[in-house]
Amino acid sequence: MTTTANRGARGDERRAGWFFVTPIVLILGLFMLLPILMALWTSLTDWNGQGSPFAGDVPFVGLDNYTQLFATDDLARLDFMTSLRNNAYYVLFVVPIQTALALGLALVVNNRLLRGKGFFRTAFYFPSVTSSVAISVVFLFMFANGGAINAVLSAFGVSGPQWFSDSRGVLHLLLGRIGVVDPTAPPSVLTEHGILGLSWWDWASGPSVAMCAIIALVVWTTSGTFMLMFLAALQNVPVQLDEAGMIDGASRWQRFIYITLPQLRPTTFLVMTLGLIGTWQVFDQIYVMSQGNPAKTTLTPAFLSYRTAFRDFDYGSGAAISFVLFLIIVLLTLLQRRVMRERNEPGGRGAGPARRRV
Amino acid sequence: MAVSTATRTAPAPPAGPTRRAGEGSGRVLASRFAGYTILVFFSLVFLYPFVIQIANSFKTEADAAAHPLSPVPEPFTAESMTRIFEGTAFPTWLGNSVLVTVVVTLSRVLLDSMAGYALSRLRFRGRGPLFAAVIALMAVPPVVLLIPKFLVLNQLGIYNSYAALIVPLMADAAGVFIMKQFFDSVPAGVEEAARIDGAGPFRTYWSVVLPMARPALITLTILSFQGSWNEFPHTLVAVQNPGLFTLPRGLADLVSGSLGAGTQYPLKLGAALLATIPVAIIFVAFQRYFVRDANEGADKG
Repeated sequence: MTTTANRGARGDERRAGWFFVTPIVLILGLFMLLPILMALWTSLTDWNGQGSPFAGDVPFVGLDNYTQLFATDDLARLDFMTSLRNNAYYVLFVVPIQTALALGLALVVNNRLLRGKGFFRTAFYFPSVTSSVAISVVFLFMFANGGAINAVLSAFGVSGPQWFSDSRGVLHLLLGRIGVVDPTAPPSVLTEHGILGLSWWDWASGPSVAMCAIIALVVWTTSGTFMLMFLAALQNVPVQLDEAGMIDGASRWQRFIYITLPQLRPTTFLVMTLGLIGTWQVFDQIYVMSQGNPAKTTLTPAFLSYRTAFRDFDYGSGAAISFVLFLIIVLLTLLQRRVMRERNEPGGRGAGPARRRV
Repeated sequence: MAVSTATRTAPAPPAGPTRRAGEGSGRVLASRFAGYTILVFFSLVFLYPFVIQIANSFKTEADAAAHPLSPVPEPFTAESMTRIFEGTAFPTWLGNSVLVTVVVTLSRVLLDSMAGYALSRLRFRGRGPLFAAVIALMAVPPVVLLIPKFLVLNQLGIYNSYAALIVPLMADAAGVFIMKQFFDSVPAGVEEAARIDGAGPFRTYWSVVLPMARPALITLTILSFQGSWNEFPHTLVAVQNPGLFTLPRGLADLVSGSLGAGTQYPLKLGAALLATIPVAIIFVAFQRYFVRDANEGADKG
């Protein structure tokens, strides 16, 4: 509310305010907001990278690029569905493993009886701050045919696979191992029927052996960050609660399940949703380690959209794929925000069941 | 884990007669031993890959292939290091990385703190919506911006230039958010005193509030340094000319380009090692600021 008396000072502030934010408005506007709008337009065209996507002669195709991804029975849909399947399995493995590992490490590091926690905390967190490309190079070497991983495995009498050229799905392998189905001759009921261009058998492949190496890398790099979040939350758990449990004679396991874990629920939820949002964006590791190979089993939507645009020069489809990916991530973010808000409201009981569904 | 969400209260205590007497030194020792065993095992898991990386950077190719796990190069050779500097474009990548990182970090610290200050302390029309927009942009996943950013750089006519590498990274929404949160915590009295002394908004920002923001500025500097030094996907769509490659881009090129031919792992691992060293030094020196950032992430939610 401006009064006549301080109009001068306020006017000063107003001008200064805009002057201070102009640079970020320009940069974020030009390189985040504007791009989204331009890409939205491009996803409705068949622009091939020549000239400007806004020139009059660029064919406007409406929603064709989107329907092609979901409805047309062709290679574009096959690749897109394969990438969704791959990423879904990747998420399914990475998120629970990294959450459990981060929580486990945090619990051990938080132990009052142990010394040298600073060192261990640093050691576990260090991989998270290094370059994803540099680390991918190291893991390529470790998972090489005669590499460190296979050397360790052979010490236990296991002969390791050729990680980056093995496209077999681990669920297929597992089913074969327990003798349910023969992976080399799967039942025709599964192979002849399917949905969205992939057979049921293909949908049920599980992550490929090659993808497992990437899963291992990502769990290894991200657990440290999430461990720190759990650690911060653990330090906020009142000691009295644990002591009360101890006086009541609860065992260590019971105190963990009934006292600590409920207190950590908001953090667990945060870690899982951040994990969900992050895992749908996996790109650097795929680019460096596998480029979607072998047999497209490490193809993910993010890499597919890059490949479609910059290698096949089909910018329209590439942009459409990235918008579908955008939509998936926005939905996950909204879910996170909504559930976190409910949780923060007094008596927000809806949060419990919602978490289970995640 | 099948934790019953309904059970909020502690369970009925199991009758444990004279339990605590049993928790003597034996149990404490055992649990300490178990704790250290787990910690040491996982430290190996998290650090040994770096040992492998360092050791193999100084091995011959044959030795690296035969003994990938061994931490001792036999024979020790710095040949791959020489080849990195003389046989690859590593010096160019390094130069570009240094340039990009320095310019990006300096401008992020300046621009983000200016915007954070304005959003926190200056009253001007549109402040609310602007802050909401900054929050919204923080949620935009970088990978879906790859094609869009290329479109804009192309349209602006700066594709394949230093400007394309640097300008889009010069400000970031998360940095603005961190600075705004910090300035919110500075007591208002400080600025009022400055204002009564006749200082305008610029002077108040530059000579009064900014010096107080040192912890936040250090955090932002470190995050910007680490982020721009490691940045990969942006360089992939911003430039094409090998003379403009930064370290991550050059490294990716080195790995995917020569996969079919000789494996040259000592060379690749050495280059990756050299690219990691600056961040490792910063990390060891300023650990607590990294930790603070991760925990800010926890508070944010």
